Amino acid sequence: MLQIENLNKTFNPGTPIENHVLHDVSLRLEEGDYVTLIGGNGAGKSTLLGGVAGTFLPDTGKITIGGTDVTHLAEHRRAVYLGRVFQDPMTGTAANMNIEENMALAYRRGKRRGLGWYIRAKERDLYRERLSTLELGLENRLSDKVGLLSGGQRQALTLVMATLKQPRVLLLDEHTAALDPKTAPKVLEIGSKIIEAYNLTTMMVTHNMRDAIRHGNRLIMMSGGRIVLDISGEEKQKLTVEELVAKFSQASDEEFTGDQALLG
Amino acid sequence: MLIVQGAVSLGLIFSLMAMGVYLTFRVLEMPDLSAEGSIILGAGTAARLVSGGFNPFVATFIATLVGCVAGLVTGVLHTKFKIPPILAGILTMVASYSVVIRIMGTSNVALLPHGPNRVTSVFTFLQEAGLSRQAAIILLSAVMVVVVGVVLYCFLGTEAGSAMRATGNNRHMVKAQGISTDAMVILCLMISNGLIGLTGALWAQQQGFASVDMGIGTIVIGLASVIIAEVLFRVRNVWARLITLVVGSIIYRLIIALALNLDFLSPTDLRLLTAVIVTIALTLPLIVEKFSKPIDKTKGRRK
Repeated sequence: MLQIENLNKTFNPGTPIENHVLHDVSLRLEEGDYVTLIGGNGAGKSTLLGGVAGTFLPDTGKITIGGTDVTHLAEHRRAVYLGRVFQDPMTGTAANMNIEENMALAYRRGKRRGLGWYIRAKERDLYRERLSTLELGLENRLSDKVGLLSGGQRQALTLVMATLKQPRVLLLDEHTAALDPKTAPKVLEIGSKIIEAYNLTTMMVTHNMRDAIRHGNRLIMMSGGRIVLDISGEEKQKLTVEELVAKFSQASDEEFTGDQALLG
Repeated sequence: MLIVQGAVSLGLIFSLMAMGVYLTFRVLEMPDLSAEGSIILGAGTAARLVSGGFNPFVATFIATLVGCVAGLVTGVLHTKFKIPPILAGILTMVASYSVVIRIMGTSNVALLPHGPNRVTSVFTFLQEAGLSRQAAIILLSAVMVVVVGVVLYCFLGTEAGSAMRATGNNRHMVKAQGISTDAMVILCLMISNGLIGLTGALWAQQQGFASVDMGIGTIVIGLASVIIAEVLFRVRNVWARLITLVVGSIIYRLIIALALNLDFLSPTDLRLLTAVIVTIALTLPLIVEKFSKPIDKTKGRRK
């Protein structure tokens, strides 16, 4: 469903702060793969996600989504194929607009915005139905401004919006990192429930090893802009945090330090 | 009474500009200084065409389109050439001064009675129907304000309008929903500057001439109307806001007219006065907050 071939990216080339963040990264996701992406700060995991989303263009390499070459497609053009949830809860929604306006914008992802009214009456039933699965009561608050919602509610809403039109690939970029410890697992659960329900091909970046192990069917670890570990199937299910830490230091050839990843 | 009539007619005409300024400043949250350029472009185009014998309605329509082009230029400078919005607006504004002299052929054009029908403006046909000039201006401007206001309100409720509002709110989110923020910024600037060009066209026909320096300071007039509307009326709906913009624009004109009526102020003080009004309107909420609020929690009384 998603194929990344020999992706390279250097930020600020030719300057003292030159940073080769992606080294020949290749990755192939099958349909329905739910990949958790883990690694220390500066490992390149968020950059990899940004490369897929199109927030920057790679120096070399190729990205195809469902057979479509999107390597040189602008961010808003490849959004047709992607659902995205960001680290900052403020990023995924428009705070000054109400819930149904936000959902109507998401419902038209990939469509031309014309002079029709922003929402059709029957869409509201669909929105209520999807929101009710969150069990947050948002289905009764369609005309509330999104700015009134808490961070967790906004992330949950963003998850629903990202999957309202089924994306070929869902990109979750540390979407629970900014939430409080009580809310984060709930939003993670909501995400996993939606991903399973629609069998979504997903890439989830996380700092939390336990979350990376518990969720998804495949775990990828990055270090220094390279993929250093790719575990799936039974091996992934039996994985423990201790093993992961050991594998990390083995694979990345560097001493594992506590601040590189939260043990959860 | 004459003062009030004058204030209402100019207030109505400039409420179209206020709507344009509202679109960029508040909907798109992008300060756009090309407004000063598009208002003289609109005025100059209309004056040249009407004095050249064009139907004033056609002339006014073309003037609106010229305003749209100014917005397009600013939009392309900002989105495609990555020039910061304020600088992009200033570039368009500065260039407009030369362009408008090219359009008019001279630095000012008077709208003298023309042809057998002695047509000098869009207001002429109402005067011929028996209305006084002032009444004609007020009636036609009011109709235009209502039509533009309704169309604008409806547009902001469409899919495209909704995408435009979101662009001003959160560009990351808009891109993630597959919308080109560049296209939305350019479209918004075109509509805004089109409205301001229309304002210029009506203004020139109202006062009977267009000159290259008439636009100086008009951006602050537009801003003043928006700020007065926001300070006086705490509304949240778009339609209510559009109505308050018209009221704000008329109130601004009334304040100016009354102030300029004072002996120690001369008409050349207009721009200073405008700046002072905007400053007061902007700081008023701060002052009110400072002197009204702080409640002493322990005693439950105001400090």
